Amino acid sequence: MIALIQLILSRVALGLLTLLIVSAVIFLSVELLPGDLAQEILGQRATEESVAAMRRDLGLDRPLIERYVSWLGGALRGDFGVSLANGRAIQDLIGERFINTLLLAAYTASIAVPVAISLGLAAALYRNSIFDRMVNVTTLITISFPEFFVGYILILFLSSKLGWFPGISNIRGDVGFFEFLYKTFLPALTLTLVITAHMMRMTRAAIINLLARPYIEMADLKGMPRRRIILKHALPNALAPIINVIALNMAYLITGVVLVEVVFVYPGLGQLLVDSVSKRDVTVVQAACLIFASVYIILNLTADVLSIVTNPRLMHKK
Amino acid sequence: MWNDLKKAPLTAWFGIVTIAFYIVLIIFADVLAPFDETSIVGRKFEPWGAEFLLGTDNLGRDMLSRLIYGARNTVSIALVTTMITFALGVFMGLMAATLGGWLDQLISRLVDVLMSIPMLIFALLLLTIFGTNVVSLVLVIAILDSTRVFRLARAVAMDVIVMDFFEAAQLRGEGLLWQIRREILPNVMPPLIAEFGLRFCFVFLVISALSFLGLGIQPPTADWGSMVRDNATLITFGEVTPLLPAAAIAWLTIAVNFVVDWKLHQASGLKS
Repeated sequence: MIALIQLILSRVALGLLTLLIVSAVIFLSVELLPGDLAQEILGQRATEESVAAMRRDLGLDRPLIERYVSWLGGALRGDFGVSLANGRAIQDLIGERFINTLLLAAYTASIAVPVAISLGLAAALYRNSIFDRMVNVTTLITISFPEFFVGYILILFLSSKLGWFPGISNIRGDVGFFEFLYKTFLPALTLTLVITAHMMRMTRAAIINLLARPYIEMADLKGMPRRRIILKHALPNALAPIINVIALNMAYLITGVVLVEVVFVYPGLGQLLVDSVSKRDVTVVQAACLIFASVYIILNLTADVLSIVTNPRLMHKK
Repeated sequence: MWNDLKKAPLTAWFGIVTIAFYIVLIIFADVLAPFDETSIVGRKFEPWGAEFLLGTDNLGRDMLSRLIYGARNTVSIALVTTMITFALGVFMGLMAATLGGWLDQLISRLVDVLMSIPMLIFALLLLTIFGTNVVSLVLVIAILDSTRVFRLARAVAMDVIVMDFFEAAQLRGEGLLWQIRREILPNVMPPLIAEFGLRFCFVFLVISALSFLGLGIQPPTADWGSMVRDNATLITFGEVTPLLPAAAIAWLTIAVNFVVDWKLHQASGLKS
């Protein structure tokens, strides 16, 4: 048990270290700018004095380490400084949008995860059947579809032609729970279609891998019924790989969400990121990237820890 | 070769024929396209008809011609990016595996850090800094994606360097490059070739995604990702036209995936 806790703690420590390094990378990459931020804002023709004044305003005259520490300290408290483009506090720009993005991701996950896991299990159990081969081909097809293609196909048919769902997810102002589900159905469905296939294929691979283990063969040879083999022997061991599959796909959602938000004009963090990139609003991009990267790292860390915790061999270690 | 092909499944055939079709489009784009890539030849959003087979786009340029030129632009940029990705990733991976020690540690940890940031997100940050043009697009994607190739190349090379024949070459006193080129590379080629197909698909989709966001290949170059973006308004009127470039992206990616799948299946079948 102590060994298990130690293992978990070391994973968490490693995860935090990764977060720290990644934040440093995100912060330092701006230093790669030809010139610096002040020069970038004012343009080439600015006088020496005004650039120097701008540097003082932005605190660019302080040493690098000091600036990094204060940036990170602010970020931990949710204060990311101000936007270069319009001078508004980044905190205000991000707050609600981040929640919207999380809502969309949660909505997607609640559809995609049960569907993908059960289809993946079925494909593994009926390996090499027509159903399995169909799953295989469909996966290959859907992972080849750009997210915006899937999104626009859904808009074309379910919104423009049939008029069942709105093609633009306008959720500004007060929307009730069911209205939210209705208005964001198409983006959630797009993301579901994009990740389900992948999740299914990974679940299938994990289970097939498991069924090839000697202890499954042993159970089979002593005449255990198939259902019991799956429930007693395979499933407890399958939890870890399945959790991993889910976490990996949630992490994948993070990038998928950026494109889908743009397609459906959904007011989330991804759209803010894209807008800021085209405006070259470096501070907002930095903040959004830090948030996306943190969520990604934390998801991977959670998967890591959960797969340790659910591993029967680690739990009942002598 | 021909015997292999005869036994190939239908999906692989579909893939090969499609890829061949795209190659023809790319080579003969100038002959096949009825109009110029960037010239405005009609009114905005003309419907499909005899003069403009697939109608015109948001500025009045011929859709079909832009689709054909788009094959050349989008695919070749993706291909060049993938090649740089590979050259970089394979070289670094094989170096790390062969030399080991602190160099291996250094590159591997650096790759760990790069891979712990979602690629699209990091690419967006770097594009903000270096500006959105084709050169920085190609380099940013190539460097970020080469981390995946590095991991694979290093892993497969690790299996080779523990072999006796490799040790023999080292004891003979062969140089580093000779070791990599003559001993390791021939033995790691099959998985790397399959990986090339997969990476191409990935890079192709990322570049199209960035172009769709308006941050990749810039106008007036005909490019499938940005063509979808430019004409997206038509979709709300129930028109299929804006989906054609997206379909062109999907079709090629599926084709490459099918061929890779077949090749991987073949390789695993030969081993067992």
